[in-house]
Amino acid sequence: MKRRKFDLAATPGKAAVGVDDRFAVATPLRKLLNKVFPDHWSFLLGEIALFSFVVLLLTGVFLTFFFEPAMTEVVYDGSYAPLQGTPMSAAYASSLDISFDVRGGLVMRQMHHWAALLFMAAIVVHMLRVFFTGAFRKPRETNWIIGSLLFWVGFLAGFTGYSLPDDGLSGTGLRIASAIMLSIPVIGSWVTSSVFGGEFPGTIIISRFFIAHVLLIPGLLVALISVHLGLVFKQKHTQWPGPGRTNNNVVGERMFPRYALKQGGFFMVVFGVIALMGGLFQINPIWLFGPYEAWVVSAASQPDWYVMFLDGSTRLMPAWEIPIPIGDGYVIPPLFWPTVVLPGILVGLSTMYPFLEARQLKDRKSHNLLERPRDAPARTAVGAMAVAFYVVLTLSGANDVIADKFQISLNAMTWAGRIGLLVVPPLAYYVTYRLCLGLQQHDREVLAHGVETGIIRRMPDGRFVEVHQPLSASNGHADGYGQLDYVGWVVPKKMNRLGALGPAIRGFFYPIEKPVEAPVSPGHPPVEARPEREEITSGESRR
Amino acid sequence: MTSDNDRRRGLLARLRERPAARSRGRRRLGAAVRLIAALMLAGGAYTVFAPGAQAQDNPQLTGAAAEGKALFDVSCVTCHGRNAQGVEGRGPSLIGVGAASVEFQVSSGRMPLARQEAQAHRKPPLFTDEQTRQLAQYIQELGGGPVVPDGDDLHEDGNIASGGELFRINCSQCHAFGGGGGALSSGKFAPSLRPATDRQIYAAMLSGPQNMPVFGDNQLRPEQKADIIAYIQETLKHDQDPGGFNLGRYGPSTEGLAIFLVGIVALVFASLWIAGKS
Repeated sequence: MKRRKFDLAATPGKAAVGVDDRFAVATPLRKLLNKVFPDHWSFLLGEIALFSFVVLLLTGVFLTFFFEPAMTEVVYDGSYAPLQGTPMSAAYASSLDISFDVRGGLVMRQMHHWAALLFMAAIVVHMLRVFFTGAFRKPRETNWIIGSLLFWVGFLAGFTGYSLPDDGLSGTGLRIASAIMLSIPVIGSWVTSSVFGGEFPGTIIISRFFIAHVLLIPGLLVALISVHLGLVFKQKHTQWPGPGRTNNNVVGERMFPRYALKQGGFFMVVFGVIALMGGLFQINPIWLFGPYEAWVVSAASQPDWYVMFLDGSTRLMPAWEIPIPIGDGYVIPPLFWPTVVLPGILVGLSTMYPFLEARQLKDRKSHNLLERPRDAPARTAVGAMAVAFYVVLTLSGANDVIADKFQISLNAMTWAGRIGLLVVPPLAYYVTYRLCLGLQQHDREVLAHGVETGIIRRMPDGRFVEVHQPLSASNGHADGYGQLDYVGWVVPKKMNRLGALGPAIRGFFYPIEKPVEAPVSPGHPPVEARPEREEITSGESRR
Repeated sequence: MTSDNDRRRGLLARLRERPAARSRGRRRLGAAVRLIAALMLAGGAYTVFAPGAQAQDNPQLTGAAAEGKALFDVSCVTCHGRNAQGVEGRGPSLIGVGAASVEFQVSSGRMPLARQEAQAHRKPPLFTDEQTRQLAQYIQELGGGPVVPDGDDLHEDGNIASGGELFRINCSQCHAFGGGGGALSSGKFAPSLRPATDRQIYAAMLSGPQNMPVFGDNQLRPEQKADIIAYIQETLKHDQDPGGFNLGRYGPSTEGLAIFLVGIVALVFASLWIAGKS
């Protein structure tokens, strides 16, 4: 019998050819695998949200195996002694079982909750990156809208999620939600009774929230995330300006193999951080809150951080009732403004911002290059204003905890919040605007006169001047040096950025290559020029 | 209004119509007898109901109470006044607050007060246990009032589960679900229960110090008080926090802080690291 020669090295190639023969995927796949990712760290913030969403799906599926979304009354007889013999809903009892009697249940529950907080936090941080660098501008307005919607849908996912265990805290949150719905003029009572299936709390809300939390909202999230990523592929990444980077190319790494491998590693890091937090930090100790009963409301009852700004706006709202004398008389309760009108305005403003800005600046061009925050002072200042507004509201949402732990009067906290909400955002606008202008001015100064060397020279007439290292050769300019144009990227401000004190050491925790020895200026070995970067195209021309 | 007047007029008319049958002497005798009877009834009722100690001008104090009075006259009299009758605008009268109140305020260091402010803070106690007992005895003998039962361990046969339920209904509104305390209006607060002893918790429930409502024995029976103390001491203080570090049990506010300070910070560093490796 003739022995067939088996070439192991050729197997993957053969298999790939086999797949391509049948499905003809090579051409589209090449386009996909050749997608170029810019290599700035700030482009990885969105990935944190994506990866924590994956962790949410994984841990969430585990939790559904053991969670019983029913409000049937049962008497607890699990292993947590301080609640034994207490009547409670099946949902709460099964949440306790997940925490105490299911192997690994508690760490899964905590990972799920931490991943939810991280998901929302990463969305916000990613959004700030996109906002402050102007990445939302034409042609990417749609993706900005989808991103903002992702925040609000994530908000709903979080709310329906932390309402499920039916412990004292989540019941209090539901009570507030029902009050918010009731505050809507005219239709309020109908909305509430259709959501809760009658009077609060009813017997159906947990089951309804469950199906919303595990099916409808995740479905919506997956759809939105897919479109979001699809558009990133279609429209390509933005990038920072710099050598070789133009409005019509993308400089960076190909998706395959290096970028994909790095992303695999980054997923592991995100998973690891969530797992560490789930294992080390206790989150939402439902067993301390007890089963929900309408008459039990604990001090320090707050929603999760991304909902806290609504709690804060409610706490700051003065008790202004608006009576409307029609028929038997209607009343618009004060709760309506901070919890229905305010979020409505915020959704509108956040989604529409790209169009508002383009209209203001009469800017109809496509922008594929990012702007440094300092170069768009008005936008940066508006962003700082929005952040200040949000932070004041969020802090006010926790104002009782802050008042108690820092021994401040709660009334003082409330008034500080009310005044702060009006004063701090404009102040943030002004300060940020001035900071941006100052930074711009310094950049221009360095480009015109050079980098400060730290060498002080005494002139014959006794004056002291600092010697500047010019960035370009003389071209007959007024002060003898050539002036460089600003290209929208980092201007070197220190001598070692110019290579004057030796090569910059690359690497994060330890140098990738050790410098031969600390070279002494001026006779140090010449630094080799970085190899020219190749432009990678994916075959599609961009306008 | 009119019907009221009618009724009154009718009554007067009926009285006037009454025939004056008996002689004047008999009527006077009858009136005198009735007056004496009424006076005796009133006096008798007073002697039955009035507390004996207050009836005396100079109450006879027992030894411990006399010691307590000596301490009181040095450390407390400035605000609470002579014979603990209180000073307007400085300190309330202590007549009838009972030994429980003294024990709570003095043994937790809240009294003597450091300064007049929204609410007294817990401090290292100024008096020894013995002195606290003497002060308590003095106030008790002055005006009576609630007393904490004997013994240091007041939760021996408390039921943790029912204590937990009672705690969540009665205590968690202010002291929070983990017993860490919470804010009240205008700088007042519900303190943390962590340093409180059995006797202090019991005394607080009985006497309702500062802004706390009184939970008398008709609101929470002594067994129920024992249950609550058992829940606080056994569960809240000795709970090992199965989920890890409890972040101070401040609820979602510190959890929100943690996700930014730990999660986001760690991952931003990770992304700096990964993006730096190109």
